[in-house]
Amino acid sequence: MKITEQAVEQLALLSRLDLTAEDQTAHTKSINVILDYLDLLNKLDTSNVEPAAHVLPLKNVFREDRLQPSLAKELALANAPEEEAGAFKVPRIF
Amino acid sequence: MSRYEAVIGLEVHVELKTDTKLFCGCSTEFGQEPNTQVCPVCLGLPGGTGVLNKKVVELATKAGLALNCAIGTYTWFDRKNYYYPDLPKGFQISQVFRPIAYKGYLDIDVDGRTKRINITRAHIEEDPGKLAHAGGSIAASHTSYVDYNRSGMPLIEIVSEPEIRSGDEAKAYLEKLKAILEYTGVSDVKMEQGSLRCDANVSVRPVGTTTLGTRTEIKNMNSFRAVQQAIEYEVDRQIDVLEDGERVIQETRGWVENKGITITMRNKENPDYRCFIEPELDPIELTAEWIEGVRATIPELPDARRKRLVAEHGLPDYDAGVITSSLALAEFFDAALQKYPDAKTISNWIMGELLRLLNARNMELNEAKITPDGLASLLQLIEKGSISHKIGKEVFETMFEEGQEPEQIVKEKGLSQISDEGQLARIIEEVIAKNPKSVADFQSGKKQAIGFLVGQVMKATKGQANPGVVNTMLQEKLGK
Repeated sequence: MKITEQAVEQLALLSRLDLTAEDQTAHTKSINVILDYLDLLNKLDTSNVEPAAHVLPLKNVFREDRLQPSLAKELALANAPEEEAGAFKVPRIF
Repeated sequence: MSRYEAVIGLEVHVELKTDTKLFCGCSTEFGQEPNTQVCPVCLGLPGGTGVLNKKVVELATKAGLALNCAIGTYTWFDRKNYYYPDLPKGFQISQVFRPIAYKGYLDIDVDGRTKRINITRAHIEEDPGKLAHAGGSIAASHTSYVDYNRSGMPLIEIVSEPEIRSGDEAKAYLEKLKAILEYTGVSDVKMEQGSLRCDANVSVRPVGTTTLGTRTEIKNMNSFRAVQQAIEYEVDRQIDVLEDGERVIQETRGWVENKGITITMRNKENPDYRCFIEPELDPIELTAEWIEGVRATIPELPDARRKRLVAEHGLPDYDAGVITSSLALAEFFDAALQKYPDAKTISNWIMGELLRLLNARNMELNEAKITPDGLASLLQLIEKGSISHKIGKEVFETMFEEGQEPEQIVKEKGLSQISDEGQLARIIEEVIAKNPKSVADFQSGKKQAIGFLVGQVMKATKGQANPGVVNTMLQEKLGK
């Protein structure tokens, strides 16, 4: 076990996810399976392999520098926890 | 001599001059109403996937080439994870592992010698949103306001090697960098609008040693002058800390302009950004041919133009350096020279009157009303003797403020130089009558007394008399 239930609980909190006790246990198990698999991958010697920036053989996907309509201000602010004077209002941050 | 030397590296963020943001079609226009230039991509809403703006790749390549960098032919974007409200996705898209440009340099002039400052890298990244704090300062407020108009604007971050040794050198580096980017046309480079921002990494070490001391990162500098002053303050502060037998703490410090000091903002113990390759954007592959195509669009840069002004027009190197430090100034010079082919005279007026007025009023050249053609006409009036040099300065100031033609100003204000001997003779009589002592001095051999008398005539004519004519007439009257 590389990751504990407590760590998953903390992760859920940081991700703003509300997990039941069963969820937590299930996720702990599956995350550990993934981490074990990564351990396996880490055993491969990749010192001479170019890092894969993307799994699909795509490159140079560009768009032209052309204006597209932005969201209406009301819509942009619709998910703001609080709003004031057209801005997202958040607790003071340093 | 100080026993310490400063080791300074600069990180400069420059907004690229595009119409739209890095990964979405929202406008990049400055100064609009908050949160009116946003969309699901730059707000980080679920499902909002961006597509790279082609112009950004071109401009970043162009900037890199102008800074003598190598250009990465295979690069990509990475996620830099940190949690802060100005970053709605919870990560910033940047180029951590493969910058588009690397290993460049620029040359600066300090104390009459040239010094090369190497550039580590220049990479593309997105700008975060902008935070404003209620009550004007962070400390005084309980809430912060976020405007995401800036979120997702295309930046390049240009990182220098820690080869800068003083505030002066830092300022010279920034001025040169700004000029190159301005000439290249990749950015507006306006520090007051935030399109150029600079953070400084500062440490000190005993002279003769090569290990780096603990560094601090200085932020919140709003002008090149502030960067210079903040560095000078921070270097002195760190030396004092070491001299007191204490240690410099690695931290981020903010420059407080009105107090002229830096203060602790936050401790920064090498945060782990958990960087990884951005999986939703494809890599960028550039061919040598394409890169050369971009190189071909780079105009003459400041150093080359400076050399040309010296070689073609015989300007002193110092003058050429000042004039080419800004593209607007260099173009003003060239345009004026077309109409009045005396480079040194034009240079004198640009470096004297034009820069004096711009600095005094804290203005940009494009805000002044004087035109290159106007300056050329003014210089012709002076050359013809229609107005004196002194009156010329007065006319220049009016042109600078109001933008009229010099002939019109001279006419309206009645500033024409008096060369009419009949008119001058009367005034000279008066001056001689009023200043018997100077007259006696002159006649007894104190030749310099003539200067005072000429001055009196100039005063009586409010500077409009032709001083050459006055001098000759006085000499004749008093008998050489």
